[in-house]
Amino acid sequence: MSASVRLTNLHKRYGELEVLRGIDLEIPAGQTVSVIGPSGSGKSTLLRLLMTLERPSAGGIEIDGESMWTLSDGKPAPAAHVRRVRGKIGMVFQHFNLFPHMTALGNVIEAPRRVAGLSQQDAVERGREYLEMVGLGDKLEAYPGQLSGGQKQRVGIARALAMRPEIMLFDEVTSALDPELVGGILQIMRDLSAKRTMTMIIVTHQMKFAERCSDRTLFFDAGRIVEDADSATLFAHPRQERTRQFLQAVIEAE
Amino acid sequence: MNTVFDWAYALEILPTLGRALVITVQATLLGMLLAITLGLALAMARRAPWRLLSYPVAFVVEFVRSTPLLVQMYFLFYVLPGAGFRLSPLTTGILALGIHYAAYCAEVYRAGIESVPRGQLEAARALNLSPWRTAVDIVLPQAIPPVVPALGNYLVAMFKDTPLLSAITVVELLQQSKIIGSTTFRYTEPLTLVGVLFLVLSLAAAWGVRRLEHGLQRYGRRA
Repeated sequence: MSASVRLTNLHKRYGELEVLRGIDLEIPAGQTVSVIGPSGSGKSTLLRLLMTLERPSAGGIEIDGESMWTLSDGKPAPAAHVRRVRGKIGMVFQHFNLFPHMTALGNVIEAPRRVAGLSQQDAVERGREYLEMVGLGDKLEAYPGQLSGGQKQRVGIARALAMRPEIMLFDEVTSALDPELVGGILQIMRDLSAKRTMTMIIVTHQMKFAERCSDRTLFFDAGRIVEDADSATLFAHPRQERTRQFLQAVIEAE
Repeated sequence: MNTVFDWAYALEILPTLGRALVITVQATLLGMLLAITLGLALAMARRAPWRLLSYPVAFVVEFVRSTPLLVQMYFLFYVLPGAGFRLSPLTTGILALGIHYAAYCAEVYRAGIESVPRGQLEAARALNLSPWRTAVDIVLPQAIPPVVPALGNYLVAMFKDTPLLSAITVVELLQQSKIIGSTTFRYTEPLTLVGVLFLVLSLAAAWGVRRLEHGLQRYGRRA
């Protein structure tokens, strides 16, 4: 099951600094969307707002037609409402953010146990299933400190998947990895996307991945969506001069 | 008669001092138990999102830290009975030690909690863990091991503060030695023994804390 996302005139300010300057965006359920753009353009902030790690300064977030921060009568939503809506969303972080005092399996079963309310046995079964899926069936009892960066990120993905989110957010998940470990993580994401069971929003600097493995790509600059097109079109025929400049600079660097 | 240190006399009073030492150790251990539990509760309350709770708790912690233990001890000893709480002097003393050191422990816990990286809280939020679960399963297991040495120092400090109990009529180690001295007019042996006993137990406690610290470092390295 997957959910749709709708953002209306979304703003985020930190004091004087305006990081998002009015984002309007609709993502249908099941779509895989890449978000590219220079650093500081607001890509990660967009994901942080979706995950409710931050509150929008203005504007609205709707998940499957349900507003995140307000009730249907326009009143501010209570914490329980935010929590319920947030439960549809999962996130994988650039720096993994694994719990260092828990094993790989412990990391993955924590939320199924404590949030979904599964029995220990069911949670372990589910945790094992997802760790095997990301190729870590032999590392269940390893602590994060004993894993390589690539393995840590696999645990991070399994941990988010174990809550069976309808929307998955990937925040530069390969940026902290050694180059030879990037491919394996991208392969997992490609497989997930092909299943069409979740809506996926991927902030990435991997242009080839965005071009080939996502349905649609957004180019962010200075807190706005500068260009929004299906991935093949955006990379082959960017309409905006700013997009062209960015892609050219990135491709030259590669 | 006037030898500098009479070993036979010292040996004779040792059992009496030993019984008083039991009171001292008891007060320390129970006081510390109160301090580390109440301290944790205070630290969490001070970080609670409700100002109605966090502000008064912050005030209490600062107040207790900024006033002398002896004054607090007298206050509990003379004021509590008037308020209808009839406690033994020893219980009153343990309460005073526990509350006083709880305020210090709360600050230690707070430092530990604040040292847990933000990313840990964000991961917990992304997994939709409740604030309570986040505290118990994610934050505290990472916040407490690094501050155990600091808590251990307060254990030793509290142990050395127990002679203050004599001010509220508890016959602990120092008071016992003064009683012995006043009946025999020999103070050298009892007071020397008090010093030696404090030294030995302080060193033992410090050694124990270091062992614990070492064990926790191994626990930490797993990460």
